[in-house]
Amino acid sequence: MQSKLREILASIGAFINRGKNPYWVTFVMIAGSFALVYVSPRSIPAFLLFAVSAALPYFLKMKGSLKLAFAVLIAVVLVPILGARNIFYLEVIFQIAVFAALALGLNIVVGFSGLLNFGYMAFYAVGAYLWGFFGSQQPFLLHAIPGTVPPGTPFFLAPDWFYLFIFLGIIAAAIVGLILGLPVLRVRGDYLAVITLGFGEIVRQLANNLDKPLNLTNGPQGITPIQKPSLPPDVVAFFNTIFQPLVGRRVTIDQLYNILFYLLALIVVIVVIIVTYRLDDSKIGRAWTAIREDELAAGAMGIPSNKLKLGAFAVGASFAGAMGVLFAASRTFVSPESFTFLQSVSVLTMVILGGIGSIRGVIIGAAVVIILNLQILQSFSLFLAQLRQSDAMIPIINFHWKDLSNQLDPSKYQRLVFGIILILMMIYRPAGILPAERRKRELKGGPAADESLEGANAAAGANAGTSGESGTDSHAAAKSRGEGDGNA
Amino acid sequence: MRKILGSEALREILLPLGRMAVFVVGAGALFSAVMIVLAFLSQGSGADKLLQNTQQIGIVGYTLQSLPQVLIDGVTLGFVYAAIALGYTMVYGVLEFINFAHSEIFAIGAFVGVEFLISMKHLGVLAAAGPISSYLYLILALIAGMLASGFMAMFMERTAYRPLRDSPRLVPLISAIGVSFALQDIIRLVESLTTGQFYRVMPTFGDFENRIPLFTLPIAGSPVAVNIQVKSLIVIVAAVLMLVLLNFIVNATKMGKAIRSVAQDRTTAALMGIGVNGIIAFTFFLGGALGGAAGVLYALKFTRIDPFVGFMPGMKAFAAAVLGGIGNLTGALLGGIILGMLESFAGAYLGVFTMGNFGSEYKDMVAFLVMIIVIIFRPSGLLGEQVGHKA
Repeated sequence: MQSKLREILASIGAFINRGKNPYWVTFVMIAGSFALVYVSPRSIPAFLLFAVSAALPYFLKMKGSLKLAFAVLIAVVLVPILGARNIFYLEVIFQIAVFAALALGLNIVVGFSGLLNFGYMAFYAVGAYLWGFFGSQQPFLLHAIPGTVPPGTPFFLAPDWFYLFIFLGIIAAAIVGLILGLPVLRVRGDYLAVITLGFGEIVRQLANNLDKPLNLTNGPQGITPIQKPSLPPDVVAFFNTIFQPLVGRRVTIDQLYNILFYLLALIVVIVVIIVTYRLDDSKIGRAWTAIREDELAAGAMGIPSNKLKLGAFAVGASFAGAMGVLFAASRTFVSPESFTFLQSVSVLTMVILGGIGSIRGVIIGAAVVIILNLQILQSFSLFLAQLRQSDAMIPIINFHWKDLSNQLDPSKYQRLVFGIILILMMIYRPAGILPAERRKRELKGGPAADESLEGANAAAGANAGTSGESGTDSHAAAKSRGEGDGNA
Repeated sequence: MRKILGSEALREILLPLGRMAVFVVGAGALFSAVMIVLAFLSQGSGADKLLQNTQQIGIVGYTLQSLPQVLIDGVTLGFVYAAIALGYTMVYGVLEFINFAHSEIFAIGAFVGVEFLISMKHLGVLAAAGPISSYLYLILALIAGMLASGFMAMFMERTAYRPLRDSPRLVPLISAIGVSFALQDIIRLVESLTTGQFYRVMPTFGDFENRIPLFTLPIAGSPVAVNIQVKSLIVIVAAVLMLVLLNFIVNATKMGKAIRSVAQDRTTAALMGIGVNGIIAFTFFLGGALGGAAGVLYALKFTRIDPFVGFMPGMKAFAAAVLGGIGNLTGALLGGIILGMLESFAGAYLGVFTMGNFGSEYKDMVAFLVMIIVIIFRPSGLLGEQVGHKA
């Protein structure tokens, strides 16, 4: 049954990848789904179809330059147009970009060098509070009562300092990463995970409590308003001459800001992706892998493991710092609520879902989790809310929908979703949806060449139920899982 | 049966009692001494003057006055943390893995206990309860919470941890985080389905709110009456009894011997005919039941609980387990008491000594700081053996 399904899928894949077919398929899919979303901006299936077709060029056999052309077309032209028609999509894509960068940063720490970090949001908070502090009136409010702003307080810096602060955010977060990374030199494994969790909580509590003696963070109320980079009126007018015919109506300055932040996030993410790819294949990346697999052996081969582990923390943190600055400006508001343990775990969920150490996988993991969170769960909530307002009832058990508790709102149950994803991934597919390239290569080279990673994982999954009972017999299963995860 | 009456059994009951007394008195004396010295040192400082102006009392007088109450609060809190910390430490002892979801086991215990009492209240028996029967209901609630938490912990081990037992170390940890998050929302789902609200308040009954006067301190002309709330006393007594019982089970029964042997070497224990899976499940049950009892006691002390109530006490108890030396039962007890004292002292004096600049809101941070410092500089904890590469 399963093999037959696989055959059918393989034949479809072969057909799509034959000759000029990939170009046609991609073109038709993108054009069709774009038209669908354009016509009905609120339909979620249409958006999902668009998202899938946007990912098609990556997976099909095409010329590299054409792939790039498709990507640029989608990112710079199609998405902003759709975004101007339904601003919610831009928000979703913006969040995917932000969290993809975060997940890639965490991936360097967790995936490449095998150091579990549960306090990753602390670095994001550093970036966000950096611009939140300097980009608002806060430096003039150091002695004010938290929550009060004397009228006429000017902003501390001009809005366009924002661009510089993206780089300062990188530096600041990297420095904090180095400091928080210091325990790495002495501790590893699960103790390290708990330490980073503690650090994450401490940073959040500091943000929560540093409204006295000096009002640095404005406490639990958070800092607002934070400036956005300036968008002069003639730029707005210029964009409107382009966008008006395409979108069908005038684009407001708020929508333009959304497009701007989307593009900025895109640039940061692309830079992050390039840096990560370069790192992965560099000497440093290999050294990280060596440390992850066996620190003792890596040290014996002359790898300065302390420096490299600190480096992993700093690089991972710097991505989050940049995105933090961007986040603060786009929301014009930062508060400790955005940097909780839940957020750290959600980024970890993205990494694990996509595939620890796998760059493509992590990006897809971020996209899946965000879409799940912002769209699918939300639409379920909306659906339930509508049912609740209607007179409908479940026939057999005579349950009126309007009696359903207000608390039963799927969008509030992120923890359940993340938790179940984490458990199931760990048990059945610890290497993630798209396992890391390097591991595939390693497996191809070895004597067990025909046993692909899929095979190893399936074996691990099948053995999972029995491995516990049989005590000593479970080593084989453990070994294959160990190769699949390699995170010892 | 013969053994229980034998001297070994008696020793296993008296020894932990003695240890508890030593730890409580020792930690209390140490913290008090440090605090009094600090108070004398900061005489004449800004904090001292501020107190003179606002409350007409010097910093030394203030410290001495509040010290007994702070100590009592610290001991109460310390025993709750110790009871939770034992769950972490037992699981770590046998599996060498941090059961992250133990904080939710604690929350489940709290909810089951409180729900039991709420349903008793709806039946009307709680209002009619006399002084003795109110204790009976509390004990029943404790047992209900312990059973629910214990079985939940066993179930958790079977579904989410056992399939991963021989995988790389980080895999079960991530799974445990998943379990913790999923359980938080499941509790929330269950609780909010019935009433639409996800928090619960402990029903008030019996005379638990009353205060028992202990003694009067003759300080600085204004004598201070020191008293202890009945529910704090219940928390301490219940925790002490359970800790003694646990110690007895682990150190003086056949089951306990099996647990210890599995902790030492699982493979050899299996070769000796010990059912390793059953023992591990039993360990989870014991740890879970203790966590559940701690949950009910916590609910009794702090009255309001929500599905996320477990996180902070759980983290602090973990810090306590690490402080004492994870895997070591006595260590968890010591760590819990120290951490409880520390939190109580930080909550009471941090604000006063820093003139309100760093108030009691930092007391949660203290636990994390202690944990980080201990892990970095002495990962084996106060009483633990060197864990070396394991950590």
